[in-house]
Amino acid sequence: MTIDVPTSRRALPQLQPVSFIGADGQPTDVPTDGLTIPSDRTLLGLYQKMVQVRRFEAQVTHLTRQGRLATYPSAAGQEAIEVGATTALAPNDWLFPTYRDSASLLTRGVPVTEILSAFRGDWHCGFDPNEYHTSPAATPLATQTLHATGFAMAAKLKGEDACTLTFLGDGASSEGDTHEAFNFASVWQTPTVFVLANNQYAISTPLREQANATMLADRAAGYGMPGLRVDGNDIAAVFAAVTAALERARNGEGPTLIECLTYRMESHTNSDDPTKYRDAEEVEHWKQFDPIDRLEKHLRTAGVLDDDVAAEITASAEELATSVRDAMNTDAEVDPSELFAYVYANPRANLISQQEKLEAELATAAQS
Amino acid sequence: MTVTAATTAEGAPTPVSVTMTKALNQALRDSLSDDQNVLVFGEDVGRLGGVFRVTEGLRKEFGPERVWDSPLAESGIVGTAIGMAMAGMRPVVEMQFDAYAYPAFEQIVSHVAKMRNRTKGKVSLPLTIRIPYAGDIGGVEHHSDSSEAYWCSTPGLTVVTPSNPADAYSLLRESIASEDPVIFMEPKSRYWMKDELALPVQTAPMDRAQVVRVGSDVTLLAYGPTVRTALAAAEEGADHGLSIEVIDLRSLSPFDDETVSASVRKTSRAVIIHEAAQFGGYGAEVAARVTEDNFTHLSAPILRITGFDVPYPSPKLEEYFLPTAERILDALESWDWEL
Ligand SMILES: Cc1ncc(C[n+]2csc(CCOP(=O)(O)OP(=O)(O)O)c2C)c(N)n1
Repeated sequence: MTIDVPTSRRALPQLQPVSFIGADGQPTDVPTDGLTIPSDRTLLGLYQKMVQVRRFEAQVTHLTRQGRLATYPSAAGQEAIEVGATTALAPNDWLFPTYRDSASLLTRGVPVTEILSAFRGDWHCGFDPNEYHTSPAATPLATQTLHATGFAMAAKLKGEDACTLTFLGDGASSEGDTHEAFNFASVWQTPTVFVLANNQYAISTPLREQANATMLADRAAGYGMPGLRVDGNDIAAVFAAVTAALERARNGEGPTLIECLTYRMESHTNSDDPTKYRDAEEVEHWKQFDPIDRLEKHLRTAGVLDDDVAAEITASAEELATSVRDAMNTDAEVDPSELFAYVYANPRANLISQQEKLEAELATAAQS
Repeated sequence: MTVTAATTAEGAPTPVSVTMTKALNQALRDSLSDDQNVLVFGEDVGRLGGVFRVTEGLRKEFGPERVWDSPLAESGIVGTAIGMAMAGMRPVVEMQFDAYAYPAFEQIVSHVAKMRNRTKGKVSLPLTIRIPYAGDIGGVEHHSDSSEAYWCSTPGLTVVTPSNPADAYSLLRESIASEDPVIFMEPKSRYWMKDELALPVQTAPMDRAQVVRVGSDVTLLAYGPTVRTALAAAEEGADHGLSIEVIDLRSLSPFDDETVSASVRKTSRAVIIHEAAQFGGYGAEVAARVTEDNFTHLSAPILRITGFDVPYPSPKLEEYFLPTAERILDALESWDWEL
């Protein structure tokens, strides 16, 4: 039997994650897999956003501990992925985020109240997806990867210049929908970028009990799409990889899987105790690879960041934190009749009668 | 047999014999022609035209960018259809058989049903999920399920099922035009049923039930495959001096309380008939709400004639499982008619 090796057959991604800037802020000698490092100007902009996002995550986590929010899955430590990937998107592209990606919503320009209303308990999704070209954050794992694929397929069929980007975690990569999405996207050659934030844990389950693959980026090969592994704590690498993948997508070359190696610094949400499944040493170890510290070192060495600029950036982050605190200081009024308002396009008899019952109940309660 | 009164457009061609499959096929064709945003995809719906040939010829006519064979993954089909609908398309997807819609359960229940609600009406999903369902075709395991209760107990979904070719056409056109997602259940055993029909045809609106046989002693509530069974029981009952009214529910969710209650108040007795298992089934909902609204008008408890509470059996046992006209008539006899 002779086998024709199709030219489209992709080699497995390089094992060593692509990284431009090392933990010490110095250039690395890792092969770049065809990617080019963003300019220092671009990096300075990304730095500012990461500082803001970290302050945001810290503030929201704090508010959750105070009981102001019902829950919050923090992406502290993962800022390079949230900011790097989201910033690479064009305004017309669509983002399909998960519960962990509030920082990406912030990066897309969604106002803090609209991001946090879901966690405060006002409504499941607090923003208008069409306004920000951003889908509601999905909680059922991996389901959004298919929505991103379908959306991209529609854009392709309509000849519109819109790509989609979706985030998923290492745990979510075990779900069937992930595999279906990879396959559909590759068969249909949709302009989709899958950004897999491998933060080592799915709640408490470590990666080694999640998957027996050498690396998750390898999976792309099985679906006939390029896979790439980058250092998820090096925003230069994340931004470059996503930018390149979006360019391929825009050129009609189909989807890409980008595995970003990172670490979740906080607990999964405020309701789990991470000391039960990981030790302090490991957390300390990962602190050395902090995405913000290393970029700061790089930018200072390059001479584009000095104390004055750093102070301005810190001040802007403090301003954001203040606006988060203010926004969450008051409880939003909720309107009980909204329970019934958005279930169907047209009113339904059973919903109308249930709404009338509730209104009567409330009227009686108001009188007594 | 009695079918829903069909109104044909003026100057329309003379009626010809049309199967339900053909009617569904024509509804898809007309929807694809009328609206560029309509897309048809699913397992084998392109080249083959679907395992029941409902999509026959559509790929050829509209091209592989409007009608195509998708990879074999139900969650993938529904999940990508969600994204397409978010992007302004109107996907019509096929789940090849009833039980093979289950891998897509999560996408349907968690996202299809809820997108409008979670986005406060900003994102609607005009998406139609066609599910060939129910038994009586001698199918092997997993090819004869009636899954309507799962969908009907999910707020946000609309669930309809035709029992005849005219409704098949009209309901499918309306489902595709709907701003809300619709679970469109096609009774497999009725695919080959023929009626004299001139398409296009517009029957009653998709949220309305239809009285398909008028009677005064008892109301039989049926849908999809069991409308035929109910009509057979009515015929037989007439021989025994019973005047039986038959209602084809058509729309399972929303439920047309008005049409059903009007009939039950007239006859004072009702029986609901479905193939799905009884316990926790759709008939329980019907019995409960019809009782709640019409208790003082009832002269007997509402009965359910359904499949047994067992997994759908293999072909040789099917005839013992499915509701029959005899079972319906026996049940009617169990009532104390002197009350
Ligand atoms: C289908 C499904 N199963 C289970 C859960 C509960 N759950 C929420 S987050 C999570 C872990 C996900 O881990 P991972 O994908 O690695 O993402 P991370 O939370 O680390 O960002 C689980 C099991 C869920 N949301 N959806």
